[in-house]
Amino acid sequence: MSKQMTAAEAIGQIEDGMTIGIGGWGPRRKPMALVREILRSDLKDLTVVAYGGADVGMLCAAGKVKKVVFAFVSLDFIPLEPYFRQARQSGAIEVMEVDEGMMLLGLRAASWGVPFIPTEVGLGTDIITKNADLKVIDSPYDEKEWVAMPALSLDVSLIHADRADARGVCQIAGPDHYMDDWFARAADKTLVSCDELVDSDYFHDPAQARLVHWERSATTGVIAIPGGAHPSSCAPLYGFDVAHFKAYVASAKDEGGIRSYLDKFLGSSEDEYQQNVGGLDAIRAIELPTY
Amino acid sequence: MTAATDYTLAELCIVAASQAFANEGEVLATGIGVIPRLAASLAMKTTNPELMMTDSEAWMLSEPNPLGKRPDDFVPARESWMGFSRIFDNVWSGKRHAMLGPTQIDRFGQSNTSALGGTYDRPKVMMLGARGFPGNSISHPNSFFVPSHNTRVFMEGECDFVSSIGYNPARLPKGHSLDDIDIRLVVTELCVMDFGGPEHQVRLVSLHPGVTVEQVEENTGYPVHVPGDVPVTVAPSQVQLDIIATLDPHNQRAHQIKDNPPGNRG
Repeated sequence: MSKQMTAAEAIGQIEDGMTIGIGGWGPRRKPMALVREILRSDLKDLTVVAYGGADVGMLCAAGKVKKVVFAFVSLDFIPLEPYFRQARQSGAIEVMEVDEGMMLLGLRAASWGVPFIPTEVGLGTDIITKNADLKVIDSPYDEKEWVAMPALSLDVSLIHADRADARGVCQIAGPDHYMDDWFARAADKTLVSCDELVDSDYFHDPAQARLVHWERSATTGVIAIPGGAHPSSCAPLYGFDVAHFKAYVASAKDEGGIRSYLDKFLGSSEDEYQQNVGGLDAIRAIELPTY
Repeated sequence: MTAATDYTLAELCIVAASQAFANEGEVLATGIGVIPRLAASLAMKTTNPELMMTDSEAWMLSEPNPLGKRPDDFVPARESWMGFSRIFDNVWSGKRHAMLGPTQIDRFGQSNTSALGGTYDRPKVMMLGARGFPGNSISHPNSFFVPSHNTRVFMEGECDFVSSIGYNPARLPKGHSLDDIDIRLVVTELCVMDFGGPEHQVRLVSLHPGVTVEQVEENTGYPVHVPGDVPVTVAPSQVQLDIIATLDPHNQRAHQIKDNPPGNRG
């Protein structure tokens, strides 16, 4: 059965008020084409769970977000995400701030169908004092107290993969799949954009199959969008677009703010967006970062 | 080893900070930022070859990578995959020592990387977020590097947002002891400190050449325990300087401390 769909069909499955998980990490392998499709929609009041970068910043700036569940929002080489900052500093969004590892535990709890996972992470910090809903519990086995990290159940996850087949076998060929396997499992629906749509026999090679990090049953939709992670990276195919991110960050200081950025780049479709940023060949030519 | 006479303050800080990793045995050394990363790398090349290190992306290395752009034919000495999800397995096992640079460090050794000023719902300045600080601080030893020692970083009162647990009795979790918390070195451009004073008070360990106790006290927003005899921070040896130069061929270290001053300001 083919799970192929268009970006519009994918985003059409999201409703106002839903909780959306977004894969990737900071400026790395974000499903930006799907995020842009949200920016083109009327969706609002979303709760976003992410290891955040410009995905979170853009959605906040465009008024799509009610609440962000985060451990950080950063472009890494530019430490502070300008529009997330504005949203926090103006009090425009609610937040649930957690530790990076706590977010992983929350996704695992949701994936496994347990209400929480105990951890000592967060004890002694403002993670437990600023989150009214986060419970600290006694252990039935020792005399210590533990943080009960709740399941972060997601209505929809958005992920970008290097390759996928039409049945939803998704490959992340870059060095790290981050927590995307857990985002895929924690969601009712997982929508995966991919740089290349491949035939299923592509995965007959064990070296390729080894880079598949969740079963196809966890994939709901496959959307072929070459270059769809831009301006974030999709290693080893392309790096993140430093110049574009700098222009994005600079727009936050302009009078027009996010509107000037979106007017210049977003377009009415991904084709139009890619023309506005120099085309697919230019995206694919972006050098990988050196760490 | 003979001390060099011509070295920068950044190089002095790298050598001083590398001491944090010297006696750690076989743990993952994570230095975030140029000086902490070079400190961990120097330790791995000299005092503690058992250290483990990642390439800051997804591979464990047997040899630290030099910083910045490397030649096309450079082959990193990879020894295993070490993606971000696996980092947490390592963190929670305790086999790690991280050195990071938070925005605020209070008298308890609590640090802040998130909301600054205003209210939590509407901070004056929103920074990164808590990142991995809560988990790091309760799971394994940590050290701090501060390139600008002043009373905004080492501030009066408690951090605006507590990202990492410190020696604060009021926040001590049930069943834990303050001795479970393990903050090691605080290396700044003025001195080296730790929390080895009475009742985990911050303590002066050494002064960088030409820096006075008064300078440290004036630039710290809370009392510093000063032992009777405070040594001068040991100068780098030429061997250490040569290794640092190899690890940092583009001299990124020259841009880490304002005006890149010499190590001896006497």
